[in-house]
Amino acid sequence: MDLFLFFTALFLATLRLATPLVFASLGGMISERSGIINIALESFMLMGAFVGAVAAHYSEHAWIGWMAAFLGGLAIAAVYAFFVIELRADQIITGMAFNLLAMGLIPFFSKILFNSTGSTPSLPLESRFSFEPLLVAALLVLALSWWLKNTRSGLWLLFAGENPQALLASGVSVKKVRWAAVTLSGGFAAWGGASLSLYLASSYSPLMTGGRGFMALASLIFGKWRPVPTFLACLLFALADAIQIRLQGVQINGTEIPVQFIQILPYIVTIIALAGFIGTSRPPKALGKEL
Amino acid sequence: MKRLIGLFVGLFIALLITFFAGENPFHIFSILIKSAFGSMYDLGLTLSYTTPLIFCGLSVAVSFHAGLFNVGAEGQLTMAAITAAAVGILFPQVPFPFAPILAFTAALFVGGFWGFIPGWLRAVRGSHEVIITIMLNFIAAGTANWLALKVIPNLNSQNPETAMVSNNYLFKDYDLIARIFPDTPANASFGVAIFIAVLMWIIIWKTTFGFELRAMGANSEAAQRAGISKNKILVLSMIISGMLAGGVALSEVLGSAGQYRVGFSPDYGFIGIAVALLANNNPIGVIFAAFLMGALHKGAADLDMETTTITRDFSRIIQAFIILGVAGQAYWEHLRTSRIRKN
Repeated sequence: MDLFLFFTALFLATLRLATPLVFASLGGMISERSGIINIALESFMLMGAFVGAVAAHYSEHAWIGWMAAFLGGLAIAAVYAFFVIELRADQIITGMAFNLLAMGLIPFFSKILFNSTGSTPSLPLESRFSFEPLLVAALLVLALSWWLKNTRSGLWLLFAGENPQALLASGVSVKKVRWAAVTLSGGFAAWGGASLSLYLASSYSPLMTGGRGFMALASLIFGKWRPVPTFLACLLFALADAIQIRLQGVQINGTEIPVQFIQILPYIVTIIALAGFIGTSRPPKALGKEL
Repeated sequence: MKRLIGLFVGLFIALLITFFAGENPFHIFSILIKSAFGSMYDLGLTLSYTTPLIFCGLSVAVSFHAGLFNVGAEGQLTMAAITAAAVGILFPQVPFPFAPILAFTAALFVGGFWGFIPGWLRAVRGSHEVIITIMLNFIAAGTANWLALKVIPNLNSQNPETAMVSNNYLFKDYDLIARIFPDTPANASFGVAIFIAVLMWIIIWKTTFGFELRAMGANSEAAQRAGISKNKILVLSMIISGMLAGGVALSEVLGSAGQYRVGFSPDYGFIGIAVALLANNNPIGVIFAAFLMGALHKGAADLDMETTTITRDFSRIIQAFIILGVAGQAYWEHLRTSRIRKN
């Protein structure tokens, strides 16, 4: 019975911890499927976490924070789209610059709003989520996998990433498809960030994403750029995270495992998964290539 | 030269942002300049930022030449610095001239190993080096924290840092640069960094290996047809990249602090990306770009004290906009070539 309780708790913790990863990797998926590499996911998440926490703090309502995070994500991703689509800047370098930018801009705004560069004020229980983001994430996985296969616009997205010339020949603007995809990816990734600050924690704290944007990319690659396998990959990384939290302070034969080693467990799992002991993964054909 | 325009556009936008915080951008700019070059003490601090940035800029530049993007300089320098400190604490008996050499060699070895992992995974499994190096940054930080706090901690201090290395490992008494800038962490490793930059220029532009490296970065398909081993170049360039980042152990642990302090690096590895881009991956250019970014970083650190709303994080905004300014320039290049094509 104890064992049953233990595994149920671990399973629930895994689902909770998977939520931010699922949103971010779905965002990454629509961007990369349209042919645009998205290393900037981390910054979109940070932005979403911050904007969500600030909006929920002032409005005292979680859903307003949730929508504000989405808008904030759309805004920063639109700037990213401008750089990589219109200015044709290198996608990976620009992505890293955006990660730096978010790390600099958030303390800047936080200092203006709250006169501190640390965490935002802690949110009361009423203006936080208890389970909703998890539900939204699951629905989004199903919706996206249906959308990609069964709709005209879903096919546009796939073609923008696989064979942009063909899409162009059929009279659809590849640029517009990519703009829409990249911008929307920012909104989704920002929901990932907001589920950190409004659901898993009770405020925004500096650098709270802790590399989850990159783990989302890893699960995307691991899941071969498909919604449901990517979702499962997110669960794997979340499980590593859940085990990590569970192991902290646990004693084995009277000696405690150093907490620093436990904390790096998810990162090691990511590397092992990415190094691909399970088949190779083929990216969209036109990923990162110019028109 | 065109990169300078990108730099100024980036800096201009960053300063404009201070306007929203109710500051006068001109005032901010003058503080930046004054605090970077205002006195010998300020200049010494600027140089102490410049040295690690030269190492990290070179590290990123070498990987760029091979067509890779090393965002892992931060982890590589962390592992190298903790290694240098560990050697200095665990082997206190080694006599002077050999001691720093031993510690530095060990640091380079570990830094190189930390670069080898992503290079090897990229070559063998095709894993993307950006994600792997980011993950390795977190792993390096965790490992170094554990070593610094649990294995070789400084028992006389509340700060998260290692014990002091034995005096044999420090070259303070022979350090001319440290004498010019008393009371600052500037030290002789600045000269070493410049020497290594020149060395890298020779390696990249004047040797067969450098040619192979650049050929792989420019067109890996053509390079492989010409008989250059892709895997060898990928792995070697990442090892060299890691060793270069490991050079920070010399300026930080052996040159000035004499210990590993948790969080000593204000993300030198990431500022190195801006340095390499500004320098167009030219090792000689890296020296000047590192000096510039070092000056901006020093200036931004002082903004924290001089103004009420701008904090040291402003340095990251400047870095990001400079990278974007330089990266966005590809557009003008593209416009020009498409115009030529039309004619």
